[in-house]
Amino acid sequence: MHPGSATPQEIAGMVVGRMMGAEIAHDVVVEIGGLPISVRTTSPEFLQMLVDRYSGFLNPEAEPVFELEVEIAAAEMLPGAIDPDADLSVRFEGGRWVLERGDFHAELDPALRRGHIRQTASPYAIDAAFRILHSLLLAKEGGILVHAASAVRNGRAFLFAGVSGAGKTTITRLAPPDVTRLTDEISYLRREGDGYVAYGTPFAGELGQPGENVRAPLAALYLLAQGPVNRIDSVTDADATRALLESVLFFAHDSELVARMFDSAYELVQRVPIQRLTFVPDARIWEVIQ
Amino acid sequence: MNQVYVARAKEVAARRVGGELMILSARDSKLFSLNETATLIWEGADGVTPLAEIVDQRICRGFEVDRAVAFRDAEEVVTGLVEHGILKVSNMPIEETQ
Repeated sequence: MHPGSATPQEIAGMVVGRMMGAEIAHDVVVEIGGLPISVRTTSPEFLQMLVDRYSGFLNPEAEPVFELEVEIAAAEMLPGAIDPDADLSVRFEGGRWVLERGDFHAELDPALRRGHIRQTASPYAIDAAFRILHSLLLAKEGGILVHAASAVRNGRAFLFAGVSGAGKTTITRLAPPDVTRLTDEISYLRREGDGYVAYGTPFAGELGQPGENVRAPLAALYLLAQGPVNRIDSVTDADATRALLESVLFFAHDSELVARMFDSAYELVQRVPIQRLTFVPDARIWEVIQ
Repeated sequence: MNQVYVARAKEVAARRVGGELMILSARDSKLFSLNETATLIWEGADGVTPLAEIVDQRICRGFEVDRAVAFRDAEEVVTGLVEHGILKVSNMPIEETQ
C-alpha cells in the first residue's frame, strides 16, 4: 500500500532525529533493490516529501550502505542559475562522483560511502540522485537499471523494455489482477546465483504510481513493439545486446564503468531469454505472458 | 613513406557478441558494430604494428584483394574509427595500448 501522506505518528516511526548545529536533522532510510540509503535533512517539508514519495520503500531497521546529506538551497544557488538547460553531468573527480544538473549538485564519496546533495526542494532532484547512485552501486556487482516496465506473475518477473511510446505503461495498465507491478518506468536488476532478480522501484513513469516493494527471479525480458497481432519472436544475441544497451540507465562517461556495464548487459543476454514482443494494446497480451 | 600506427583507445569497451564485434564508447555512450575489415584492423591495432603490416597479414592473406585497394580501404576505416574515438593513430609506435 502506498498512502498519499503519512501521519505524524507514522513518520515518527520511520525517522531518526538528531541535533545538527542548532537544527534537528532527520534521517530516513530508503531501501530500493535491497540497498538501504539513508537521507539526512533538516527540512521538515523535505522530510515529509521523502516519507510520502518513498513510503513503500522505507526501512528504518536497515543498516545503510550509503549516507546522503541533503541541503535544500534556493534555485539561484544551484547550477541551473547559470545554465537552466544544462544536461545532467556525472564525472569522477578527486575520488568523488560529482553529479550536476540544473536543480542539484551532488558529491558522492564511494570510499566513505557518504555524499552531500545541494538541491531545490523538488522531489525530482532526489529521485535523479537516487537513480544515479543506485546505477553506480549496481555497476560494481553486475546489476543494472533498465528503462523498462516490469511485473511479477506466478512468482516470476518479466521485463518490458522499449523506447518512449513502445508500450511500457500500456502493458502495465493492461495487466490482470494477479500481476504485481514492479514499475512502469525503471526496472531494477541484481545478479543472484546464475540468474537475475528484479526488484520493485518507486520510480514511476506515466502511470504516476510507484511499484510494489517486492522481488522475484527474472524469467524473461521482452523488447516491446506494438503491431497488428500478438507474437513473440526470437532475436539474435547481438540484437538483444544492442536493444538492452539502448535501454540501460547509465550516466557516467568512465571507461571502467562503461566496461562493467557492457559486461553486465552481455551477461544478462547470456542468462535470460530476451525476445521481441509485438502486441495489440488490449488485455489479451497477458495470455502469452505466464 | 611514413609508417602509420594504430592503437585501440582506452576509453572504449569491446565485446564479441554472436560473432559480431561491438564497441561501446565511454566518451558518448555510443555503440558501434564493426564490419569484417574494421574488426581485423581493430584486432591488429596493438600500437606497434604498422597499419601496412596489419593489412598485409590480416586482410591480404585472408582475402583475394589488391594490396593498394586494401590499404586505401583500411585507411578509410581507420579515419572513421579515429573520428569516433575508437582508435588512436600516430606516425610513431604507440606504447600505451590495451
